[in-house]
Amino acid sequence: MIGQITPLIGYLLVAALVFSIGLAGALTRRNAILVLIGIELMLNAANLNLIALWRYGPHPELLTGMIFAIFSIAVAAAEAAVGLGLVIQVHRHARTTDLDAINRMKG
Amino acid sequence: MSLIFYLLAVLTVAGGLAAVLLKNTVHCALALTVAFAGLALLFLNLDAQFAGFAQILVYIGAVAILVVFAILLTKGSETPQGGVFSRSWLVGIAAAAAVFAVLGWAVVASAPRLLGAAAPAASANSTTAANPAPAVTVEQIGRALAGRYVLPLEIVAVLLTVALIGAVIVAMHEKEEAK
Amino acid sequence: MQDAVLFTPQLKASPIAEILWLIPALPVAAAAVTALLGRSRRKTSATLAMVSLSFSLLLSLLAFAHVVSGWAHGAAVRETVNFTWMQVGMQVGTQSGAGSVDLGWVLDPLSAVMLVMVSFVSLLIFIYSIGYMAHEGNFTRFFCFLSLFAGAMLGVVAANSLLLLFICWELVGLTSYLLIGFWYERPAAVAAAKKAFLTTRMGDVFFLLGIVWLFAQTGTLLFYNHGAGSIEPTALAGLLAAPAALGLTAAGAIGLLIFCGAAGKSGQFPLHVWLPDAMEGPTPVSALIHAATMVAAGVFLIARVYPLMAAGAPLLATGVLTQAGRLAAGTTTALTVVTWVGAFTAVFAALIAVAQNDIKRILAYSTISQLGYMMAGLGMGGVAVGLFHLITHAFFKALLFMGAGSVIHGCHGEQDVRRMGGLRSDMPLTFLTYAIGMLALCGFPLLFSGFWSKDGILEAARHWSVARTPFYMLVLGVLLTAFYMTRQVAYVFFGYWRGSKSAQESPAVMTAPLGILAFFAMALGLIGTPAWPWFRAFLDGRAVGFMWRGFMEPGLLTLMAVSAAVVFLGLGLGWRFYGGQAPRPEEPDILEKTVPWAWAGLRGRLYVDEFYGVTVVAFYRWWARAADWLDRRLWGGVVAGVASLFGRWAGLSRFLDTNVVDGGFDKGCEELGVGGGLLARVQTGRVQTYLRILAGAVAALAAILIWSSRS
Repeated sequence: MIGQITPLIGYLLVAALVFSIGLAGALTRRNAILVLIGIELMLNAANLNLIALWRYGPHPELLTGMIFAIFSIAVAAAEAAVGLGLVIQVHRHARTTDLDAINRMKG
Repeated sequence: MSLIFYLLAVLTVAGGLAAVLLKNTVHCALALTVAFAGLALLFLNLDAQFAGFAQILVYIGAVAILVVFAILLTKGSETPQGGVFSRSWLVGIAAAAAVFAVLGWAVVASAPRLLGAAAPAASANSTTAANPAPAVTVEQIGRALAGRYVLPLEIVAVLLTVALIGAVIVAMHEKEEAK
Repeated sequence: MQDAVLFTPQLKASPIAEILWLIPALPVAAAAVTALLGRSRRKTSATLAMVSLSFSLLLSLLAFAHVVSGWAHGAAVRETVNFTWMQVGMQVGTQSGAGSVDLGWVLDPLSAVMLVMVSFVSLLIFIYSIGYMAHEGNFTRFFCFLSLFAGAMLGVVAANSLLLLFICWELVGLTSYLLIGFWYERPAAVAAAKKAFLTTRMGDVFFLLGIVWLFAQTGTLLFYNHGAGSIEPTALAGLLAAPAALGLTAAGAIGLLIFCGAAGKSGQFPLHVWLPDAMEGPTPVSALIHAATMVAAGVFLIARVYPLMAAGAPLLATGVLTQAGRLAAGTTTALTVVTWVGAFTAVFAALIAVAQNDIKRILAYSTISQLGYMMAGLGMGGVAVGLFHLITHAFFKALLFMGAGSVIHGCHGEQDVRRMGGLRSDMPLTFLTYAIGMLALCGFPLLFSGFWSKDGILEAARHWSVARTPFYMLVLGVLLTAFYMTRQVAYVFFGYWRGSKSAQESPAVMTAPLGILAFFAMALGLIGTPAWPWFRAFLDGRAVGFMWRGFMEPGLLTLMAVSAAVVFLGLGLGWRFYGGQAPRPEEPDILEKTVPWAWAGLRGRLYVDEFYGVTVVAFYRWWARAADWLDRRLWGGVVAGVASLFGRWAGLSRFLDTNVVDGGFDKGCEELGVGGGLLARVQTGRVQTYLRILAGAVAALAAILIWSSRS
């Protein structure tokens, strides 16, 4: 099995692993900021996926994967900024960042 | 599967694990930075130099700093009473495990196809012969951005502007009389 | 009377016969208009009534002239105008009629004479009423009812259909009820009206049975219909052939049933009890309805259906002054019953009249008695005999009643004869006319019409083939009539005034009709004398001439002498007892002193009313109580039971509704709420929960997609 692992498969697996780790962190940590950290990890894993598939896929000269990843980085940055701003605002109102305690949207 | 790859993979995964497992939030942010760095190096290994340096610039240089600032502003360095993990952390682990299972299965199951698509008689080791490194110049990227991907470029510019303004508004202190 | 021989069938009715329906219709129309007027329009109502009745009189005179001219030329007139009212749609009886109910009117000597009499007397009484009811508040209503009565009575007379006659008959009864109870604030008047209506109703039930039977048997109710009428020979033959119970034929049974109705209306014993009480009504009402016209309707009815009553009897005579011996063997059962009832009523009522003290009651019983005479005359002598007495009686009895009204008016409402007296000098006109009427009623010889008409009846009674007793009863009646009338006149007009206030003569509007009627009371006799039997011949449709030979009938002169002697005897007896000095009101009557036991019985009207009271009325009251008990307990119980059943059903329904339906709904909604609450728990408000669910769902979806793309 190891012999069959191409570099591509390796990269994809690493990306999947990092994605899952990030997801696990987003789902289990109490602090809202750590959820955002997890989300950043997930985005990064996706970027890795994109680059790896660009590198080992057909027509790398089209630069599609790279451009996609670059845009993703830009958008992720914007999203991190807004998200962290939201967390700060929530913290001002709820006096805490504990996600278990913030349940005012409870049905 | 070169050694570099393994080392960088271990680094990245370790950084990620540390980022989600450490108790101190600031330590988590720093571990995150390590993971970002590992990813950047992986990009470089994949001959995506521009992406790697963009990763360093943006993620490590901005996002990580943002996270640290946010931790600072929300007193995130204090440890909460109930522990750092949620009460129902097992459910989260289970969900993440399920996702990893599906992803891993998808990747492994599509391995023959990926193999077949790449090169018919290439061996597992001769990756560089089957997949030569693409010659990517900045000029090419620039031309692509300004040519083929000009629309997404402009939209991302608008998006960044909006995000900028939005973040400022969202995080702004409200005026006293509005409270 | 063989009509087919005497009357030629008419193919087309003359113009006057075509518009004959106007004669009853005009007063009815006047009544309808008056009914819509207000109480204040007194002059309008009186004028309407008078004008309409004048027109009716005019038309009646024209019709009479037409019939007379036809008769004088030898072609006796009987014209009918018939029309179909409704199709009953089945073949009935022996006739081949298609089961249609027809109405129509007839113009023949009988109806022509009656039309003239009724309209003339009614008109005179209308004029009289204007003066008599001048102080009455309900003047308009009075004239409305009077007009309606006049129209209905004329309808009875002119009708060619037994059904139309019955309709108008009932209308007459209705207006009689309305007019007797005119002063409805007086309980006595209300009771009298009820009594009149109910008593005549009892007779009318049998009348209606007779009508229905006749229709079933003959298929038509028209009297004359060019040979197909119900009292024309073809139908009569069929009726005679059909047997009924008790050895009667259908003809006899129907005749008896019809006589029951006539007995009720004409106050024959035992249905006479309403007539004296009917004097509670205003005096013009008594004069018109209960003397001249309505009570005569019964007699007229018998005269109209006389062919039916006489069916089967061999060639019954119309009168006795033509050829002797025409009263052949036997008569019919129906006519025999009529005769006996009439004779008995004549004597019975005359006896009671002797002991009455109310001026109108005396006249009421006198009317009953004279009606008995008329019925007896019909039964024994035929149509002309009975009807002649009816005509003469109408005039002098109306005269007497109106005179009594004048007396009451002059005595300021006093009606007890014991409180009157000496009015001969205070009210001379009234006295003169009243005396003429009284002598006519008694049958004073030669000069007065009553003598000739009563003698016709006595002559028929003398020759009656069945028995001689009615003759003696009628002669006794003559004696009694003279006696009680003398008593009354002595009480009222002779002696000294026993009343409270002084009396005065009535105004001309009241005394003028009295004079006209007095003239006729004397003059009418001329058309019925044996020397010139105009009336009889006119009714029969035969030619007549003036013949002194008529007096030469065997036994006729003797009879005239005998009846004259009886009259004088009665007058003399009455004068001996009451003439000279009439007793004071407190003193008992002279006759009472003489024969107190008889007086008590007669004063108490021979206790017929009391008898009714303990039998019929008591039974009725018991029956009413029983029905009331049934109604309240039985039917009421059933209704209450059903109602309670419904109530319980409703309660059950409500229980179901509240608990099952509402409760079910409420429970359901509660559970929905609970379920919603349960479902809402999914919305924990915690971000990580949502994220976890998202992650799980994505994983599942991806797995499914990959799995499906693999296979």
